[in-house]
Amino acid sequence: MKQNLLLTYLLLTPIIGSVLVLFFKKEQKRLIRLFGLAVSLVAFIISLIGYFGLEQNNPQFQFIHQVVWIKSLNISYFVGVDGISLLLVLLTTFLTPLTFLSTWKAIEKNVKMFTFSLLFLEAGMLGVFISLDIFLFYIFWEAMLIPMYFIIGIWGGERRIYAAVKFFIFTMFGSLLMLVAIIWLAVYASSTLGYFTTNLTELYKVGPTVPHQIQAWMFGAFFLSFAIKVPLFPLHTWLPDAHVEAPTAGSVILAGVLLKMGTYGLVRFCLPLFPQSAVQFAPLISVLAVIGIIYGALVSMAQTDMKKLVAYSSVSHLGFVVLGIFAMTVESLQGAVIQMINHGLSTGALFLLVGVLYERTHRRDIAYYGGIAKLVPLYAAVLMIASLSSIGLPGLNGFIGEFLILIGSFKSPVLNSWWFTIFAATGVIFAAVYLLWMYQRVVFGQVTNEELKHELTDMNLREMIVIVPIFIFIVWIGVYPNTFLKLTEASAQSILQQVESFTMNFLK
Amino acid sequence: MPSNNYEYFLLMPYIIIGVGIVLSVIIEITTKKSEQILPWFSITLFFIASFYSLFNINQNFVLFSGMIEVGGSTAIFNFIFNIGAALVVLSSIDYLKKYGTYYGEYYILIQSSVLGMMVMAGSKDILMIFMGLELMSICFYVLAGINRKKLFANEASMKYFLLGAFATGFIVYGIALIYGATGTTSIQNLIENFAGYTSNIIFILGFVLLLIGFSFKIAAVPFHMWVPDVYQGSATTVTSLMSTTGKAAAFSVLIIVLSAAFSFNSPNIFRPYFVTISTLSMLFGSIVAISQFNLKRMLAYSSISHAGYMAIGLAAGNVYSVAGIIFYLAAYAFMNIGAFTVISIIEGENDSRTDLNSLAGLSTKNPVLAASMALFMFALAGIPPLAGFFGKYYLFIAAIKSKLTWLAILGVLSSVISVYFYIRVVVLMYFRDSTENFKIEVSSYSLSAVIISALLILIFGVLPDTLMDVIISVLN
Repeated sequence: MKQNLLLTYLLLTPIIGSVLVLFFKKEQKRLIRLFGLAVSLVAFIISLIGYFGLEQNNPQFQFIHQVVWIKSLNISYFVGVDGISLLLVLLTTFLTPLTFLSTWKAIEKNVKMFTFSLLFLEAGMLGVFISLDIFLFYIFWEAMLIPMYFIIGIWGGERRIYAAVKFFIFTMFGSLLMLVAIIWLAVYASSTLGYFTTNLTELYKVGPTVPHQIQAWMFGAFFLSFAIKVPLFPLHTWLPDAHVEAPTAGSVILAGVLLKMGTYGLVRFCLPLFPQSAVQFAPLISVLAVIGIIYGALVSMAQTDMKKLVAYSSVSHLGFVVLGIFAMTVESLQGAVIQMINHGLSTGALFLLVGVLYERTHRRDIAYYGGIAKLVPLYAAVLMIASLSSIGLPGLNGFIGEFLILIGSFKSPVLNSWWFTIFAATGVIFAAVYLLWMYQRVVFGQVTNEELKHELTDMNLREMIVIVPIFIFIVWIGVYPNTFLKLTEASAQSILQQVESFTMNFLK
Repeated sequence: MPSNNYEYFLLMPYIIIGVGIVLSVIIEITTKKSEQILPWFSITLFFIASFYSLFNINQNFVLFSGMIEVGGSTAIFNFIFNIGAALVVLSSIDYLKKYGTYYGEYYILIQSSVLGMMVMAGSKDILMIFMGLELMSICFYVLAGINRKKLFANEASMKYFLLGAFATGFIVYGIALIYGATGTTSIQNLIENFAGYTSNIIFILGFVLLLIGFSFKIAAVPFHMWVPDVYQGSATTVTSLMSTTGKAAAFSVLIIVLSAAFSFNSPNIFRPYFVTISTLSMLFGSIVAISQFNLKRMLAYSSISHAGYMAIGLAAGNVYSVAGIIFYLAAYAFMNIGAFTVISIIEGENDSRTDLNSLAGLSTKNPVLAASMALFMFALAGIPPLAGFFGKYYLFIAAIKSKLTWLAILGVLSSVISVYFYIRVVVLMYFRDSTENFKIEVSSYSLSAVIISALLILIFGVLPDTLMDVIISVLN
């Protein structure tokens, strides 16, 4: 097999960067920030090289690099990407430098440690998306908990400790059960293949042959771990806490990338490894997804805290993604992947914008604001675009993802019912209600609070530099989604083929 | 069977430590500077013994008419004991100075206890096991009470002695019954005729008594009652020795005596026993540790739950599980020694500052210490890619291979519970500000012990093969 070191360089960039940060002096805050930004930009450039080098019609994993790591257990450092994972890699490397920029003023406490954590986190997230060995995947999946835990716990809000511990334990609970399933699968593989392996491409052949009863349990263990991360209703309770208490940068990364690890796991592992169980449980999971869509939207409406509102809207949006995945049609799966990116961009932007207000006033409650369009017109316009993108206005990115998912689920043979689509579609309407209502209360009307006049200043250049790149992609995906759909098509088809080839009897 | 002269070469680690003990006594008697000389002398002994064992790992022989084994897994155990003890000695130098509790016998007792452990790990005869065990235990009883003027230390020592004696009673009675049933104390004989003996009720009874006795020593529920008080009351450095190398020695014996039951042609009839103590220890240790606010007590309960994880390996009873246990013991030794050394640095006089809150704000007071402690806690909690995770991973593989998937699931559930109290330490160090104002005096010796442990944990975590390859090659 031809080895390609590109992904390894990509992974090593933030790791080496984070180690180098430790050698800076604590006082050199500006230098450390610049360094963090520079490292994350280098990672972005490397991932762009990957984008231009990828054969888009090839569903196989590319840029493969495999080195034996733990010989006694036949575990190798094995990385590679297909279109789906490359898109998520790009999202990660795209959002990380923006996050660094957004914290320029917000994070003053222990900048060195923050930069270290964020770079370490980037490495962990990239590792999750590029690992092709389940064991390696698990290592990154767990290791990335530590920096996120520190980011919430050190730089977070008032109840940050509660949120950090809850986040940690929730995720740990799911992933440890997944660990048992991983080991079980590898042990099972050693009875069919003749050797113990956690190599994903080989397990794709083994997973579907696991006896049905046991496969259901293993699917459950994997699914639970990913569903907690997504988070799927009713496992979402850690999310609002973590989002609200995390600093802006933490929320952006959490919403933008971390949650995608859950949905990515469903696409990469749950569907192809356990196709029979995936098909069997698809209606049940879709019901949960639809409940999540509606529940998240309704709860968002009732929020008085802007950050919490955006947090609950994530539950709703990710419900769409899960529905798209388990509808198991090419459209819905591609829609789900696009929607992952969309959610990363729109919700990331919304969190950034809430953070902009918070930096100035240190208040997040909607009632504190009102009529700020008169004070900060540029901000009002920017917030409008971000909200509309999140609502799914045609012409912006959100529409594409939701539309594809709804079409796909409508004609899905696995779900075989219109009701999922009908109920899910109400989520789009509710989204318009809660976001526009919030927008109206915060931006329009009279300036109700005199203090705002002193506190608020409009978006500055740095903040615009952070937000404009996101908007470029929001419009790009909305107007010409083909650039991105082309990337995922081959991989989506190949995953569904894998599912179909093992479940022909099942579907009839 | 090697020639007689060669036998002594192979026994060199034992001879080094044994002669070292005698020399240490002479040094202690003749010079006034023993406080400066003895620790370095001990560390030198431990290093020579450990590396001598490691380099002769392939020289696997049974010596003295089937009494003692050298090389093989014994060598790995000797390595763990000696390196562990060397780290403990390194951290003791300042600890003893800080409290003014230096007594010459301290280092000599540590050396003797290590000799006892080495005899245990190498024994091929039940009587040798007993001899090693007593040598180790009696040293521990004295060491536990080395802070003579402290009431808690006296209590710890007394409690440890009484319950230890109780356990010894079980073991002796067990040995007597085994001898009565089989007419021999040779372990080789046990292994060869194990299947035949299993029908003998007296033999089984004796064996179970032996297992119960060692369950005391590994601190498994329901034989754990002495652990929290002894760990809390003893000097911190002593606790770190007892909880790591002492536990490893007890496990080495269990592996030796059970090797018969683990071989392929005989059933592992003791599985129900180990499944029970493993389940109880894991859950009890993890759950009770949550309500502990004294660091040493918390680590005592954590030690109980770790005994439970390792007992999974004994229940699974295959080659992988033995390898897993040995790996786990090595990882656990360095995680725990590191954690206890950090505590010994922070600790103030009269047991002050051993509660959780004294760690508050450590990250601003001393970032290196805080980062290492966080590393130890994450490793104990089993977060990859640290050594503690691989220990668990190997054991869970062994359990699933032996169709004990549910035990592995219980293991991960108890890991989740234990995460709570391990990361609470990190919460305090990083997320809270200091409540008490005290200065931490970090000396280079203790700090280097912490850093060496941290590095070992990282190395075993990122490159587990460095250790695992050796273990597996030895077991085959």
